[in-house]
Amino acid sequence: MLLWTRRSRAVAIAVFAVLFAVVVLAPLAMIVLASVAGSWNGVLPSEVTGSHLAGAVHGDAVASALVSAQTAVIAALVAVVLGTWLALSAARAPLVVRRVLDGVAHLPLAVPSVVVGLGLLVAFSRPPLLLNGTRWIVLVAHLVILLPFTFSVVSAAQRRVDPVLAAVAASLSASPMRVLWRVQVPVLLPAMSASASLGLALSMGEVGATVMVYPPDWRTLPVSVFALTDRGQVFAASASTVLLLGITLAGLVAVGAVRLRAAER
Amino acid sequence: MRRLVWLVPPVAVLAVFFGYPLVLVLWQSFVSDSGVVGLQVWQDVLGSAEFQRAVVRTALLALAATAGCLVLGVFLALVIAFAPFPGVRAVSRLVDVVLAFPSFLIALAFTFLYGSAGVVNAALGDGSVDFLYSPWGVLLAEITFYTPFVMRPALAAFSQIPGAQLDVAASLGASPWRVLRRVLLPDAAPALASGACLTLLLCMNEFGIVLFVGAKDVITLPMLVYTKAIVTFDYPAACVVAVVNVVFSGALYALHRCLFAKGAGRAAVDAA
Repeated sequence: MLLWTRRSRAVAIAVFAVLFAVVVLAPLAMIVLASVAGSWNGVLPSEVTGSHLAGAVHGDAVASALVSAQTAVIAALVAVVLGTWLALSAARAPLVVRRVLDGVAHLPLAVPSVVVGLGLLVAFSRPPLLLNGTRWIVLVAHLVILLPFTFSVVSAAQRRVDPVLAAVAASLSASPMRVLWRVQVPVLLPAMSASASLGLALSMGEVGATVMVYPPDWRTLPVSVFALTDRGQVFAASASTVLLLGITLAGLVAVGAVRLRAAER
Repeated sequence: MRRLVWLVPPVAVLAVFFGYPLVLVLWQSFVSDSGVVGLQVWQDVLGSAEFQRAVVRTALLALAATAGCLVLGVFLALVIAFAPFPGVRAVSRLVDVVLAFPSFLIALAFTFLYGSAGVVNAALGDGSVDFLYSPWGVLLAEITFYTPFVMRPALAAFSQIPGAQLDVAASLGASPWRVLRRVLLPDAAPALASGACLTLLLCMNEFGIVLFVGAKDVITLPMLVYTKAIVTFDYPAACVVAVVNVVFSGALYALHRCLFAKGAGRAAVDAA
């Protein structure tokens, strides 16, 4: 609409194509190529091998992948439940309380993940609660980082819900628990599943806080990828990254399928 | 009162696992390794050249990356919105997918693209590009990764602008540049400013890219927190840097909230 001549449109699209290829396509292609590269001395890998990918689904790498998947699922689930809880209970609070809560709950967004990790290290390496050195500290770190996102998505959806809906259910003498379970939560389900996807993806890729707090027996996949690149094993690192992306996408597809089924009912 | 009781469990989680650690970080920053309470650690850290370089570097990198993201993101969004081509939907889906990826992926990909043994050097001859382990490498990686964060809101804003408005402007003889400057950008400005503010905040706090590029002379504030705490076990100094970092990003975040809270309210009214 903005560009009327054929030529200007073609130029714009050509520039777009080049930029898009450099910015989005090339990095993705590189990771995939490197994960199957045997040796890479020229422009393209001179030899293709599946051994890195095979290595990524073996031993240590698989242990990391399992750790990451478990961490992501647990942290995302807890974050969705707590975020929804916070959004629902904040909606019924007086306006002043609601404003303050909205600000406070979003605050972890502004704090660098490294600082979240440092705080947990400082706070939970001493009594009354000793978490340092356990896997719980990793889970807590991920939860703190995900919570503002799940809260934000669910409370935005909550604001668009007609409050009359719950009031009508209550006036028909449904108990508060029943109103919550049969009216309020079902209306928010799409937002909850969207925030679950977001949480999964964020948790799978989290590095900053994890690298600060992880114990040796609970090393997530991104931390393993960093350890590999640090040792110069870039092909193995790429293979692990491809595995990471695969698991993330599979998780997103699974959450999407659950959402579809929920919508059909 | 009973309604407020329901707030207790989630707020308690935030307080125990987020608020309490932050307070302890602040407290720890005033306690030196030998247990003396005072401003000694603050003086040492704030006076060190390492810290001052990190502050300047962090600010410059974040500002430059945001500027780059704005230019690139607006251009890409403009083409998608106003010069659509076959496959444009697939392209914008791919952008969404990239948003879900971890940032360190870009840094890793850059070593294969622009590293000393990378594709570009292999194609153009050894040593033709050599910026990866300098601030430029981090900057380009950040622009690459954060452009979608500007592109999304820009696309959303452009799609709200009625095509008739552009056609009228054009039929009155305005050139595409003029339409862009006088109609499109002013209309999209709030969304772009909000996106830019968020990008600035994320770039300032970015850690994965800096860690993975691993350039020796690129020390940003989050990176300094990490090295102080994990590499040299200097917790008090790490806490000072962390507090400074939180103050900066907290201020930016507060600014973002106050500037755009009104806009969000209006958008909500419009939607209703």
